[in-house]
Amino acid sequence: MSIEWYVVLSSLLFAVGAMGILLRRSPVVILLCLELMLNAGNLALVAFSRMVGNQQGQVFAIVVMVVAACEVVIGLGLIVAIFRRRLPLDVDELRELRG
Amino acid sequence: MEEVLFFAAAIGALGGAIGVVAMRNPFYSVLALIVHLFSLAVLFLLLSSAFVAAAQVVVYAGAVMVLYVFVVAYVGGGEESAWESIPGQQFIAPLLGIALFVELAIAVLASSLLALGQEGPHVNPGFGDPAAIGTLLLEKFLVPFEASSILLLLAAVGAIVLAGRRVPERASGAGSPGTPREREPGDPAPDAHPAEVPIR
Repeated sequence: MSIEWYVVLSSLLFAVGAMGILLRRSPVVILLCLELMLNAGNLALVAFSRMVGNQQGQVFAIVVMVVAACEVVIGLGLIVAIFRRRLPLDVDELRELRG
Repeated sequence: MEEVLFFAAAIGALGGAIGVVAMRNPFYSVLALIVHLFSLAVLFLLLSSAFVAAAQVVVYAGAVMVLYVFVVAYVGGGEESAWESIPGQQFIAPLLGIALFVELAIAVLASSLLALGQEGPHVNPGFGDPAAIGTLLLEKFLVPFEASSILLLLAAVGAIVLAGRRVPERASGAGSPGTPREREPGDPAPDAHPAEVPIR
């Protein structure tokens, strides 16, 4: 399989994730779609690392994984905090920061 | 054989991704994401990066997804309201997604990278195995490695600060960060939600 297939698949997955973020309003699902986009980026990184024949892209992918795990932890913490304060779990209703 | 595996994993990854977006219940979205992550691990194996695939399964499909399942079970998989703040959001969002994919595909296919159309150079059997990645991480990328470990520690502390149980009011002075927010008149009674009541 040529590397092109992997990169096109990764851009397709990225587009699906972006579509989910635009479409959904539950913060949990938006975090899941962020995961989709980060994983699409990971797939592109690993594919390019295979294309060049160099393992450094895989180290990048692992660092992206670590950052994604941190983002999940903070995001889920925020969701639990929102839920505890009985605010609505809907990103369209949590709009106090919007100017 | 490689083509069969690639297309099976690609269909799994794509189906999982669409399932995440399309499922109305967040619990099913999490399950679809697990399918997506396993398919991605197969793709990583096809790209001869064994360690990333193993980390994907162990870290993502194992640990992170358990976290998601716990939070969805705690918060409850509520249905989204049908109210749209942006008129026509259900139609504009897929159009924008398709436009983004077309743009990315043009950028990939029209790029002048000749190596994109090939399978990549021949690599040794040790390419991407844990020993090679570990050597790279601990020798060439030591500073990013340590920085990411500090980032993980900060994230753990931040999650405890954000979501930890608030101290009861008698224990904390007024205005301190641990003080619970004043209840507004519209809020439900404190007894309505047993998880909020301190155990002590």
